[in-house]
Amino acid sequence: MNLKSIALFALLAPAVAHAKLNVVATTPDLAAIARAVGGDNVDVVSLAKPTEDTHFVDPKPSFVVKLARADVLIEGGAELEIGWLPPLLEGARNAKLVRVAIAPGVQLLEVPVALDRSKGDVHASGNPHFMTDPVNGKIAAQRIAEALAKTDAKNTGTYDGNLTKFNERVDAKMLEWQKLVAPVAGRRVVAYHNTWLYFASRFGLKIDLFLEPKPGIPPTPASLAAVISRMKAEHLRVVIVEPYQNRKTAETVAAETGATVVPVTQYPGGVKGTEAGYVEMMDYLVNALAKELAK
Amino acid sequence: MKKYLWSCFAVLFALTSMVARAQSEEEIRKKVVEDLKPWIEQEVQRRVKEAVEAARANEPASLPPPAATTTQPSSPSQPITLVKAGSAYMNVSFGLLADLGWSTASDVRMIQQGDHDPAQRGFTVPNAEIAFDGAVDPYFRGFANIVLKLDEESETTIELEEAFLLTTSLPWNLQAKAGQFFTEFGRQNPQHPHAWAFVDQPLVNNRMFGPEGLRNPGMRISWLAPTPFYTELMLAVLNGNGGTAFSFRNPEDTFGRTPVERALRSLGDLLYVPRVTSSFELSDTQTLLLGASAAFGPNDSGANTRTQIYGVDVFWKWKSAVAHGGFPFVSWQTEAMYRDYEAGADPTVPLPAETFHDWGFYSQVLYGFRLGWVAGLRGEFVSGNTGEDRTRIAPNVTWYPSEFSKLRLQYNYDHGQVFGNEHSVWMQLEFLLGAHAAHKF
Repeated sequence: MNLKSIALFALLAPAVAHAKLNVVATTPDLAAIARAVGGDNVDVVSLAKPTEDTHFVDPKPSFVVKLARADVLIEGGAELEIGWLPPLLEGARNAKLVRVAIAPGVQLLEVPVALDRSKGDVHASGNPHFMTDPVNGKIAAQRIAEALAKTDAKNTGTYDGNLTKFNERVDAKMLEWQKLVAPVAGRRVVAYHNTWLYFASRFGLKIDLFLEPKPGIPPTPASLAAVISRMKAEHLRVVIVEPYQNRKTAETVAAETGATVVPVTQYPGGVKGTEAGYVEMMDYLVNALAKELAK
Repeated sequence: MKKYLWSCFAVLFALTSMVARAQSEEEIRKKVVEDLKPWIEQEVQRRVKEAVEAARANEPASLPPPAATTTQPSSPSQPITLVKAGSAYMNVSFGLLADLGWSTASDVRMIQQGDHDPAQRGFTVPNAEIAFDGAVDPYFRGFANIVLKLDEESETTIELEEAFLLTTSLPWNLQAKAGQFFTEFGRQNPQHPHAWAFVDQPLVNNRMFGPEGLRNPGMRISWLAPTPFYTELMLAVLNGNGGTAFSFRNPEDTFGRTPVERALRSLGDLLYVPRVTSSFELSDTQTLLLGASAAFGPNDSGANTRTQIYGVDVFWKWKSAVAHGGFPFVSWQTEAMYRDYEAGADPTVPLPAETFHDWGFYSQVLYGFRLGWVAGLRGEFVSGNTGEDRTRIAPNVTWYPSEFSKLRLQYNYDHGQVFGNEHSVWMQLEFLLGAHAAHKF
């Protein structure tokens, strides 16, 4: 390699690197969908880890760098990232960043009529954990495809094609999932925190009994006793717990009531076997719950 | 004639009473409809929601109509929410810090020199803070912090702690800040009291920046360097006068010299505060942040005297990969500062021209051992020509019942070359109303 070609390479290297869109997603579920829709045209990173509580992500300086160099930012919205995204965006000073929030396209549930923090950490815009409903996953894919097409118009065809593929995959799986949950329809599942509302209403389950006495307030012996007695009375057999939640508390409750703890996650990679993507994660969730409830 | 008149009266009476009844019936109907209105609207909303959900359930794999938005129509049955993200032009919040405690020092101010420290035995309300922030327009964000506090005589004092603009769309990774703001020197100085990990300011900050910290009118430019890791360079240019520029053009404290009230004669008389900070991800769960700062400006002890302050800071944090509510974590933060203060000669006192050297550091470890609980330990030392050598060891424990409140218990062991040993125990309570501003790393 002579000097000229090195110089040429040095000049072209940044251009080649720029050929891919830099996409930052706040959470791994959105990142997974962005990968599915963006395919080879995008480099996607997630700020939050799949195993951590996405309400409380540290606004690390390295995230500022990622956002400063990003073309597109995909955020959940509905105040999920309110505690950590604003200082990052402030630091990133990226005026060209195309931001797309998913929540504005989704029918949010549990929108409080009055704001009252004595009821715990309730989100003013409604429950932000809407991605566990695959229909909302499709809405997210749609909005992501639109944002990518807007930023990178020449690849619109690719994004549309990938979106169709993603939707077809979800639709096909949806029929399978509906069949799986049909025999256990209407059953009640105990959760640690109120993150499973959208999943429950999509699949005809009741996930409305929580180890937390109020959203964001840690369980107390009294609140746990109340949950235990209700579980016994109603013969509830399944407690779901996310990677960052206190599994020991869930185990104690389960041992007391003869129930089983099922590890669940809202994010691909949060539980073993969900790493491959959004559809794989949904597949794991439906299968794990349907199987455990059918026992 | 009389009879005719009477019948006229009778007809009139009958007519008016009928109209009156009709009127009152109409009114009642109106009132009933009015009363039912909120219920009807609620019912309509409920049924629409049910219908939408039923339709979705029947046709699970198809997209719902795109009309589904989160904004609810205003209706009398729904109270107007004023402070909701994205529904108001600015976030408003109010935060209160209150201290309660006892010290073996009868003059608490002698050992607790920070303006927002507990100031006396018993109760102190050192910080009641009203904060505003929001987007000004597509080019600026605006921030303001107005602090009220009660002094030892229970008199209320008010201070404009911060009020500044921040640019959002400068080119070349630049960002400017202008107004009155906490200067980015080290890690502790720019923090608001409610974000402090201890009830009081580090001694070294008191020594270098006085009771109120370094915050002054001016502007700051920052550049995010195009390095693969985070590097930010900042330069603040400030007026550098008054108590909030303690070591500079501050006539209140000139170490015995008669203050020379120096007006700005050239750009060299402004206060310059450069800072560089870099961060590295040591692993998936560990982050390191390094910083170096300096402050250069004239002081009021002579006609041509100047002050230089240098500081270095380290922050390291480990946070569990399965953190819940941000816990568990361990963080370590250390800052060291050094100051050269050129004092002028004052023949009236008389005092010679000399340069005071002062230095100090603090090092603190925080351990968030379970959800909402943090144990902390801070050790500090200051030394130099302008004050006695002091040591302080302070363990504390903080409980956050939620993000919006905290309770803290701290013990201070103070040792001074002159005052000897003092022991203090402080409790601190904080609450926050309104929008919770996100904390920086």
